[in-house]
Amino acid sequence: MLNPIYMETVVKQLPVNAEGYLLDATLWTPEWANEVARSYGITLTDKHFDVLNWLRKKQAEGVALTIRKVGASGIVDIKQFYELFPGGPLKVSSKIAGIPKPVSCI
Amino acid sequence: MNKNLIIIGAGTAGTMMANKLHHELRNEPWHITLIDRDNTHYYQPGFLFIPFGIYKPEDVVRPRTDFIPEGVRFVMDEVQTIDGEQNLVRLQSGDVLTYDMLIIATGVEIAPLETPGLKGELWYKDIFDFYTYDGAVRLAEKLQNWEGGTLVINLAETQIKCPVAPLEFAFLSDAYFTEKGMRDKVKIKYVTPLSGAFTKPKATEMLNKLMDEKHIEVVPDFYLSNVDTQKKAIVSYDGKEVPFDLLITIPVNKGDGVIERSGLGDEDGLNFVPTDKFNLQSKKFKNVFVIGDTTNLPASKAGSVAHFEAEVLTENVLSFIHGRELTATFDGHANCFIETGFGKATLIDFNYTTEPLPGKFPLPVVGPMDLLKPTLTNHMGKLAFRWVYWHMLLTGKHLPVPTHMSMAGKIQDKKIEPVTEHA
Ligand SMILES: Cc1cc2nc3c(=O)[nH]c(=O)nc-3n(C[C@H](O)[C@H](O)[C@H](O)COP(=O)(O)OP(=O)(O)OC[C@H]3O[C@@H](n4cnc5c(N)ncnc54)[C@H](O)[C@@H]3O)c2cc1C
Repeated sequence: MLNPIYMETVVKQLPVNAEGYLLDATLWTPEWANEVARSYGITLTDKHFDVLNWLRKKQAEGVALTIRKVGASGIVDIKQFYELFPGGPLKVSSKIAGIPKPVSCI
Repeated sequence: MNKNLIIIGAGTAGTMMANKLHHELRNEPWHITLIDRDNTHYYQPGFLFIPFGIYKPEDVVRPRTDFIPEGVRFVMDEVQTIDGEQNLVRLQSGDVLTYDMLIIATGVEIAPLETPGLKGELWYKDIFDFYTYDGAVRLAEKLQNWEGGTLVINLAETQIKCPVAPLEFAFLSDAYFTEKGMRDKVKIKYVTPLSGAFTKPKATEMLNKLMDEKHIEVVPDFYLSNVDTQKKAIVSYDGKEVPFDLLITIPVNKGDGVIERSGLGDEDGLNFVPTDKFNLQSKKFKNVFVIGDTTNLPASKAGSVAHFEAEVLTENVLSFIHGRELTATFDGHANCFIETGFGKATLIDFNYTTEPLPGKFPLPVVGPMDLLKPTLTNHMGKLAFRWVYWHMLLTGKHLPVPTHMSMAGKIQDKKIEPVTEHA
């Protein structure tokens, strides 16, 4: 769950949507990522940042991201992805990476 | 000098392209060859209705050759490999065909073997798919005699064809068991890897209530790892379990093996072909174009999408042939009916950048269709689509729906009341 206090400081720093996803991926900073991660109880390591940077790169290339794609990235397998970002790993990591939430067509 | 254009796949997209290009190239020195492994064309949207006895199996099957124009050569064979460097395709029979231009329209199919335990001892006993003809027909038999229990509908992946079909299956199940007088004996669970049954803001606002009203329990953020056949439960990567009596699976969807064998697939191993999302050219070879479900576009894998892509691709193929710039662009337009049960359906219309919005379609005010709202007219539209598919869509006739998404009739900012089924 999002801690409302962190949520508030994060929201104040950079413009996000109603669910806390960054509106403009280019404004992202590692410090911002650290703060959002903390609200999930996650302390970001180099491995986390490897995943986040990969997600940001793929997103910029227009790739439709999936958990499977992250698992095939060569950085982590699916189990490790879950360990790094528990719960809904793609949903959580996308938010921390400053890219839009993974969605379906509806 | 004569030139060769080869289309691989005589499904929705390939058949449409053969018809359109045959017409457009009638005075040009181009030969069109269309290849498919068999001569059975399925109307796949009809698979949804077979389990509930709404369509009979024979309603969804026609010979492919009924829709292939005279003058297009139809080769019934399986493509083994595509060699983009040499401009040739190798067929299972041993024949080799060369091309000047290639269109890949090989679609996607379910791949249940990707998930351990799925296609095992329970397959077609307590585990069914409805994305294939066989699955839909077997499931119809199962449902007829099923006495009830926990019905779990699970999406193994997010990138599947017709992403709304599982939701429609849930709604139609609710109606089916209600009409059979046994709804109280059936618990329906919708288990999805996404954050909910609906993920787009307006659609969630408008339609989320339907799940509660129809007593469909949503289990979100569940990414399928395997099926525990002993326990009869689906298991997620983070160890969550959902037990079932009857599992309706939408397995991982994969492009055809020919994509993998030819080294043309995306890095995730799902055999989707990297494709320019605007002009539909392959990212690897300039004289290769890709259309339909097998592209890696961030658009829905749907027949309506293939239809809009076909309009764009026809223009771009003509430009390519004449050495002109590829100016036609696809905007990600999709237009899908969603059956909600009890003779109603809702409709969504969206593209790469605009989420499904409420309003009227195709005309402002008069509609006659309503967007994001279950109505009888929408349901009639969905049923009429089968006729349109066989008689107009496949043969490339003009449909009165714009290729690019239009904002006319859509309501963007106004706060609207969420719909309820009985409103
Ligand atoms: C249950 C269900 C419900 C659906 N409902 C809707 C709906 O309501 N609305 C909608 O718009 N869409 C719907 N769809 C999706 C729609 O059917 C597909 O998006 C559409 O058929 C895609 O067309 P395609 O040409 O890309 O692929 P397909 O129509 O699947 O055709 C691919 C063809 O390529 C051939 N092929 C593949 N590999 C080879 C090879 N190596 N050699 C030779 N031939 C090959 C195959 O045999 C096949 O005929 C639904 C799909 C399903 C399964």
